[in-house]
Amino acid sequence: MNKIKTFKIGGIHPNKYKISSDIKISDAGLPETVIIPVRQHIGAPAKVLVQKGDKVKVGTLLADLDGVVSADVHSSVSGEVLKIEDQEVSNGYFEKMITIRVEGDEWEENIDRTPDIIRDIEATPEEIVQIIRASGIVGMGGAGFPTPIKVEIPEGKKADCVILNGIECEPYLTADDRLMQEYAEQIVIGARILNKALGIQKAVIAVDENKPAAIEALQKVTREYIGVNVQVCATKYPQGAEKQLIEAVTGREVPPGCLPIDVNCVVQNVGTAFAIYEAVQKHKPLFERIVTVSGDGVKHPQNFRVRVGTPASYLIDKVGKNGDIGKIIFGGPMMGLSGINIDAPVTKTTSGILLLRTENVVVPEVSPCIRCGTCVEVCPQGLEPFAITNFVRNGEYQEAKKIHVLDCIECGCCAYSCPARIPLLDYCKLAKYEIRKKK
Amino acid sequence: MTSLILFNVLILSMIAVIAAIVLYFTAKKFQVENNPLVDEIAAMLPQANCGACGSAGCQNFAEKCAAATADDFAGLYCPVGGQKVMSKIAERLGYKAQEKERTCAVLHCNGTCQNAPDKVQYIGLKSCRLASRVFVGNTGCPNGCLRMGDCVRNCPFGAIELNKVTGLPQVNPDKCTSCGACVRICPRGLFEIRPMGKNGVRVYVACNNTQKGAQARKNCKAACIGCMKCSKICPDVKVENNLSHIPTTISAEEFGEQLAANCPTGAIIFTGKKNEQN
Repeated sequence: MNKIKTFKIGGIHPNKYKISSDIKISDAGLPETVIIPVRQHIGAPAKVLVQKGDKVKVGTLLADLDGVVSADVHSSVSGEVLKIEDQEVSNGYFEKMITIRVEGDEWEENIDRTPDIIRDIEATPEEIVQIIRASGIVGMGGAGFPTPIKVEIPEGKKADCVILNGIECEPYLTADDRLMQEYAEQIVIGARILNKALGIQKAVIAVDENKPAAIEALQKVTREYIGVNVQVCATKYPQGAEKQLIEAVTGREVPPGCLPIDVNCVVQNVGTAFAIYEAVQKHKPLFERIVTVSGDGVKHPQNFRVRVGTPASYLIDKVGKNGDIGKIIFGGPMMGLSGINIDAPVTKTTSGILLLRTENVVVPEVSPCIRCGTCVEVCPQGLEPFAITNFVRNGEYQEAKKIHVLDCIECGCCAYSCPARIPLLDYCKLAKYEIRKKK
Repeated sequence: MTSLILFNVLILSMIAVIAAIVLYFTAKKFQVENNPLVDEIAAMLPQANCGACGSAGCQNFAEKCAAATADDFAGLYCPVGGQKVMSKIAERLGYKAQEKERTCAVLHCNGTCQNAPDKVQYIGLKSCRLASRVFVGNTGCPNGCLRMGDCVRNCPFGAIELNKVTGLPQVNPDKCTSCGACVRICPRGLFEIRPMGKNGVRVYVACNNTQKGAQARKNCKAACIGCMKCSKICPDVKVENNLSHIPTTISAEEFGEQLAANCPTGAIIFTGKKNEQN
């Protein structure tokens, strides 16, 4: 095994709570209706192609991408389109969604549903990009950046390394962990497809130390694939953040305001690699994903294979509540946002649904800053959150910009470790919003 | 001992005299020609430097006034100083001051703690601008007031405070100078600068929700449901996007009471008469 790597500055060690890492991925089944948002990614919402009353199959294109930064949306079930109107998403705002009543489970004919692993990559690089675009694949780590943009390298730049992100450093979440354990070979083929599309030979799958089963499964497979390596990284939060991961794996630092491609790297989540495998080799567009339903308010934590659009309440009924639920979080507890609508649908980027008990939801009592410097110590980007906070309190956003608040990756290490319980991350976020608004 | 003290005093005084002479001539040489008129006008202005007039501070506004012709001057107005200050400046310049009605900020939301009770508890930085980005707000209304008081903290004149009973920001019309800081800061765009009206008689729609009636009422009892009753009373009242808008051109004295009394949800607010009686 090669050396365990990590990023240089900052980082924290929150409790892991990976209670569902030994639980096999199970099918969540089909709810009565699904609600599919037309915008599940960063960028413009997709244009709706279907009408009320239309019959759709699993994999039917529902909405077409609109512009470069956008993604297709496919039906995740077969049935009848009931309505296309604005509905409440997890944060309470309204967005356009397509409601489909589930009737049977009829798939589009060209989707290969056999469990066989197809190893030979027949598609040409251009075809691969085309298929990825047509399959509506977006980054499945959480941000939802459309994948085709990452795979098409802008002119004048070159990539020499594909990094697959299997870190999953957020507490509770085990979706990627299970995926690597159960579908290791598919992920490796996904890496190979990315290699072919980019015209390079090297791929690194980064996994953190606390997933020995996943590391073993991947290492077993990668022996047969020359050029694909498994890199073990230290268990530290936010090891899975793009810039921190690149630094750990390659030793290259992404300059402020630059993208990974500027240091010749392409980073994809392992979930995205799996989706790429399914799209290219099995002709299956992205309409289902692995979701961890966990938390101390859950009776039986599960890793579900969920169709996009399944209401969160349907999954919560399946796992059973344990005690009085005080908070529901979509995503991980560090970076995810708590939701106010329990009927909100699972989207392409929902990696987890967490239920926390009321007694564990603490309203922090904020006290004045004591200048201990903990926030500076833990910031993986080398920022000074306490100084940013002071500027934001006085409305001096331009000063905050001068000390690089725009490089904040919103990991929350500062707020997590602040002994005065100051919501430092909130101040940084506010500064970022205000600066971007003024532009 | 005495000679030492004398010597020191002498040396220091000499340095002082030389420095004074140097400073005197440098000041003469590098003197900046100031229009005395500008300073005079600037002295009349409130010196709040709020930017409500559209200029970069009071000095800049004074410069504009001093350079203005009679026609240009008609377009200049200091909302903070109001009619009083403007007529004073006009007198100094020999122009005629333009008649302008006093204005103040009004809040287009009546989502009080009673009308729109909190559904969830928000934990984090109490800032409307941040909260409105991450979620819909404690009340569930996507257009309503978040009741966290960004406007209160940003009012340069202390004219807004959070009412403890209703939870909503309350504008004190006597202190409000219509500088527009609240209009710019509110992430939901709930503030509007409207004419104060005679004796403070005003009528306006205290709602900004564009959802359909049933949905809007789910979160707030005082939401405008776009029922069109108001536009039947006064045809100038426009209902667009399920939301009524009362233009400032209609007479509040004539229609105000009737409009407010006939609104089924109480979204139309009529102020003034009552205060006058008290």
